[in-house]
Amino acid sequence: MADEVILLDYWPSMFGMGTTKIALAEKGVAYEYKETDPRAKTSSLIETNPIHKKIPVLIHKGKQICEPLIQLEYIDEVWSDTYPILPSDPYQKAQARFWGAFIDKKFYDPSWKVWGTTGEEQVTAKKELLEHFKTLETELGDKTYYGGDVFGFVDIALMGYYSWFKAIEKFGEFSIEAEFPKLTQWTKRCLERESVVMSIADSDKIVEYAYVLRRKLRAE
Amino acid sequence: MVTGDVKLIGSWASVFVMRARIALNLKSISYEFLQETYGTKSELLLKSNPVHKKIPVLIHDDKPVCESNIIVQYIDEAWSSYGLSILPSQPYDRAIARFWAAYVDDKWFIALRSILTARGEEEKKAAIAEVEERTDHLEKAFIECSNGKPFFNGDHIGYLDIALGSFLGWWKVVELDANHILLDETKTPSLFQWAERFCNDPDVKPLMPETTKLAEFARKLFPKPQA
Repeated sequence: MADEVILLDYWPSMFGMGTTKIALAEKGVAYEYKETDPRAKTSSLIETNPIHKKIPVLIHKGKQICEPLIQLEYIDEVWSDTYPILPSDPYQKAQARFWGAFIDKKFYDPSWKVWGTTGEEQVTAKKELLEHFKTLETELGDKTYYGGDVFGFVDIALMGYYSWFKAIEKFGEFSIEAEFPKLTQWTKRCLERESVVMSIADSDKIVEYAYVLRRKLRAE
Repeated sequence: MVTGDVKLIGSWASVFVMRARIALNLKSISYEFLQETYGTKSELLLKSNPVHKKIPVLIHDDKPVCESNIIVQYIDEAWSSYGLSILPSQPYDRAIARFWAAYVDDKWFIALRSILTARGEEEKKAAIAEVEERTDHLEKAFIECSNGKPFFNGDHIGYLDIALGSFLGWWKVVELDANHILLDETKTPSLFQWAERFCNDPDVKPLMPETTKLAEFARKLFPKPQA
């Protein structure tokens, strides 16, 4: 039933607009989507995520689950009879969680600083982000997906950022394709999946949005 | 039952290492503990955790697993038929346990540590206030998760108990350093009582570092600026 699952999210968000949506799509879970601007701090957001007041929030049978990677594991465990997101082998699972955590912890900060700041701060952020991209390029190697042959947890976590790549490249003045060919091929493979295409925001719209946000940040 | 070859790279003083050790104890897994020397990183550590170069690292049959919470989950899953479950069985309860464990690391611990690194009284006061606010959240989390039982996980220690409980040694050291009670029997009674139960658990007790020794180590790790 569609009303059993609700996703509170915001179209330009770096998470969920990729990550959680892709997972729900992979599992074929029907849900109600509610556009929620986190800056508006609406009562519904505060009620559903009182600790962090952040999107995305997944609501299933009236209970809320927060944080994208936690949502991914939840979705995988509840809808376990179809398309596994995490491998069943404990060691492979630990590896997937490791890389998911790497992306979750390391990517956000330098990513937004590359498009959101200037000067020294931006230079440092760019250097850091390029290092992380390099680590991910090396980890991917010649594999089809991060988990091997199957699109899964780590791929979904990283594709959650994909719609921001163009904005990051533009303001960071570098080309992901030029510097990270394996990663680029991997994104093309991921973009062949319906679950990904229907879940991520348009990259050009994100660039426009980043322009607006940059002006706002400058003004504050 | 064959557990395989198990090694753990770590340090007696590390909260994160303790998490792994408690989990191994809960599952009655024998392992070789490889104590790192403070100030240096062994070749095995650098080889096993090239990305972060940090302890703990669990090496099971020559395969390394890194990050304390990931290691605890791995121990639960690799040895699922040994002892009791570390994570709750229901997906929603697991999500809640994971959420609060992440909160402990990302919000609560950061605030606790900033008491030790605070420069001046103003900064220290602000850090203490933040820890108190976040500890209050954890009190509510305990009430919600425990559902009247003795631990976050219910009748026995589990994932979230381990995530927060491993900090109890350092929690005390920071209290002494700040000269301020940070686990207050009257403000957060449930947590206070839980803490005593946790420390007395037979799988935890032998691992909890002695306060004086830890305080001495803390002074090395967080030297006070010269006046």
